Amino acid sequence: MQQAETTPSHYRRPLISSPFFPRQREFVETDTYIPWSGYSSVDVFSSVEQEYFTIRNSASVFDLTPMVKYKVSGPDAEKYLDRLITRDVKKIKPNRVAYTVWCNDAGHVIDDGTVFRLSQTEFRVCTAERQLDWFLYSAIGFDVEIAEVTQDIAAIALQGPTSCLVLKMLGLQGIELLKPFDIGHFTIDGYPLMVSRTGFTGDLGYELWMDPRNAIAFWDALMIAGQGRGIRPIGYQALEMARIEAGFILPNVEFVSAEHTIRLNRDRSPFELGLDWLVDLKKGHFNGRRALLAEKEKGSRQRLVGIEIEGNKPAHGALIYNSADAEKQIGAVTSALWSPTCKRNIALAMLDAPFFDGKTEMWAEIYLHRELVWERRMCKCKIVERPFFAPERRRQTPAPDR
Amino acid sequence: MTKNVDCIVIGAGHNGLACAAYLAKAGKSVLVLEAHSQIGGAAATREFAPGYSVSSCAHFLHGLPLKLITELDLVKHGLQFAADSLPTYSLSAEGNAVKISNGAVSGGLLSEKDQATYTAFMKKMNKFAAVMLHILNMVPPRLSLEEWSERINMLSIGWKVRTLGKRDMREFLRIIGMNMYDLLTEHFDNELLRGAIAMDAALGAEHGPRSPGTVLNYLYRLAGQVAAGKNGIAQPKGGMANLSGALANAVTGAGGTIRTNAKVERILVANDRVSGVLLTSGETINATSVLSNADPQTTLLKILGTEHLDTGFVRSVHHIRNRGLAAKVHIALSGKPKFKGLSDEGTPARLIISPSIDYLELSFNPSKYREVPRNPSMEISIPTLADPALAPNGKHILSAIVQYVPYDLGADPKAARETLKENIISTLERYAPTIRSQITAFELLTPKDLEAEFGMSGGHWHHAALTFDQFFFTRPVPGAAQFETPLPGLYLCGAGAHPGGGVMGIAGRNAAKQLLRGGK
Repeated sequence: MQQAETTPSHYRRPLISSPFFPRQREFVETDTYIPWSGYSSVDVFSSVEQEYFTIRNSASVFDLTPMVKYKVSGPDAEKYLDRLITRDVKKIKPNRVAYTVWCNDAGHVIDDGTVFRLSQTEFRVCTAERQLDWFLYSAIGFDVEIAEVTQDIAAIALQGPTSCLVLKMLGLQGIELLKPFDIGHFTIDGYPLMVSRTGFTGDLGYELWMDPRNAIAFWDALMIAGQGRGIRPIGYQALEMARIEAGFILPNVEFVSAEHTIRLNRDRSPFELGLDWLVDLKKGHFNGRRALLAEKEKGSRQRLVGIEIEGNKPAHGALIYNSADAEKQIGAVTSALWSPTCKRNIALAMLDAPFFDGKTEMWAEIYLHRELVWERRMCKCKIVERPFFAPERRRQTPAPDR
Repeated sequence: MTKNVDCIVIGAGHNGLACAAYLAKAGKSVLVLEAHSQIGGAAATREFAPGYSVSSCAHFLHGLPLKLITELDLVKHGLQFAADSLPTYSLSAEGNAVKISNGAVSGGLLSEKDQATYTAFMKKMNKFAAVMLHILNMVPPRLSLEEWSERINMLSIGWKVRTLGKRDMREFLRIIGMNMYDLLTEHFDNELLRGAIAMDAALGAEHGPRSPGTVLNYLYRLAGQVAAGKNGIAQPKGGMANLSGALANAVTGAGGTIRTNAKVERILVANDRVSGVLLTSGETINATSVLSNADPQTTLLKILGTEHLDTGFVRSVHHIRNRGLAAKVHIALSGKPKFKGLSDEGTPARLIISPSIDYLELSFNPSKYREVPRNPSMEISIPTLADPALAPNGKHILSAIVQYVPYDLGADPKAARETLKENIISTLERYAPTIRSQITAFELLTPKDLEAEFGMSGGHWHHAALTFDQFFFTRPVPGAAQFETPLPGLYLCGAGAHPGGGVMGIAGRNAAKQLLRGGK
């Protein structure tokens, strides 16, 4: 069990800037930032709608650098991760990526993230929240080294229908052959660039990983390659819209980390989050397996579902009832959006057992604030398939140009 | 070659053997696997100098339950005492030693008030110890309370406390979390008396008498004495190997098998339950259940392996506090040692060097800074007085538990050992002025040596410090307090399990009881 060196200067500046920021600043009009994992991150560059439509219509550039990253390496790296996460790591081949969650002993989700298998014995794990403490305790008894490498790697998410074309123009030969969740290694202008066909938009897209010292040169080259193909930096808010359309969950929105909850029954299992497909109960022991087996037998307390709501008013934070006269509360909305692309009023909602059976009548209680006056609407809703938006291009290989 | 048994017990310590004996008696096929060539674990006899043999860790039996002796028929199986109902002397450099025997104190400069208070104090403490013994004999209830039997168990504790009567219940609840220093200064004036009683709370503890929770340690010890009943403080004939031998005979007499030189390399797992063990020799033995007498860290983190356990549980096990602070000293003597002020010199006794609570606390302080005590506190036995066969004719042995010797002896352990040896001898000299010239051999086992010798993590004879946070339903950690670990079929049956260490065998008995009542 070894711990990475820490950078001792963080106390001077509570939030640091991404290595891309000197170039991003040129696009910033609204000066709105949010803190993200210790970085100051752009919330909106100029207009949320324009940035959102960049994701769906051309090529959006989102700075992924603040995403927390760990290097997991050593002879036991595969065994270690297999015990840590719910998926079967043995099935992840080198140069492949897997989305996953990891649980505590009670089978409740601590965090979600992606596992990049870089070689037989080296992985990169990207997480939403800091995980060093949990990862190091998990390393007891394994010959493995865990290093926090967030600041050692700069990353860009290039997402949208023209993203593959832009990378072709950048000179990444054969990029169109990269399958979803593949990793490719390229060299541009003499420096290495790692590309994974992954993203948080549910669209065709790539994530590009590099040494921070090459960040500015890469940004400049990318912008040139994207000229005439609608390339545009986007902020967090636009990504959030695409995230909901893709039906992805967020920590502290859809669930609170099981290591952080204080109140009884506030933590969530992968089954409750609708992530059954991530849980491999047959692979051997992993954190939470015994509890998850028991839950499977006993049934879950709740379940996260995708719902569609009548009308066009987003159901932010709406409580869900079993009747129009709000007889019994059966759940609540966690994320809501009027989807500009689907033209549907969509939401993610956590429903109590047994009301997620699809047979129960569901009504969302939506409050509207109109010129300082609150109005209440009861809108009928129904459970629908997730993702809400799933274009063909996100899976096609070779990837299309638009 | 692969064999099949119902239960494998890892380690032939006294708890492992007791556990195996109960299982065998209940009709299970039992195999005890001992890594060493000798059985007994820390309850063994060993030659430390040519011709001189001594109990290598614990040297008195002060808490071996009568019930265990009867249930396992240990006398028939060879248990024999060289001496029992031993008196305790609190030694005085001025020759005013205080004698504690049969619930009364005498000698020295004791006031009448102290003598009267002592009798009343012990009456009260023994009542509390009986409540404690009820708890020690239990399988700790689960806190979930989903099952009625668990609730009844919980209620029985409350009932037991309540039956003390209103006044004593209040007193019990008042003192249970207290420290010995405050409790004893409330009751007694005589320093030698206070020092000796405080030593009972200090033995095996990782705290000085002023540390909170030391009354728990005291009542734990006293509960053992209640269980031991008429035998009081006893010395097995031939040392602790006699007890281990009797327990082993009980195992084999009930049809169980014991194998020495059989070191378990790995606990084997199939379909998320125990399937057997792999020995270092490469041999595999299949079993339905495995019960480990090894300490919880060794069992779970080393022999089983963390890949079968969840991180949160591993984190708890990793943080078990098991810093041993008791060292063992064996001295070969050319003649009978002469201690000052013993009224019946030459008869077997338990001797305490802890002439005041302040002395005891001061001997604790250096350990916090990885230093050895300048004036160590000791519990001494001269086993040869009752059992001359342990040494050559006319020669004697001094066996001492030396409190507050740190596991980590700092930058120069060799020099620290030399200093400690000198401090021990010069301390003994104050009470037995001619002893230095009688010494012909000297052996010192620090907690680190005890760890290496007996394989107990941290060198702690309780395997996990006996403190409130590691007691009863949190012993050794939540999730394993009912002797069952999270891995179905794997049990803890050693001192790390409830109730704890000391040569009592209750942990082994309790673990067997839990398995037999239909554990996983």
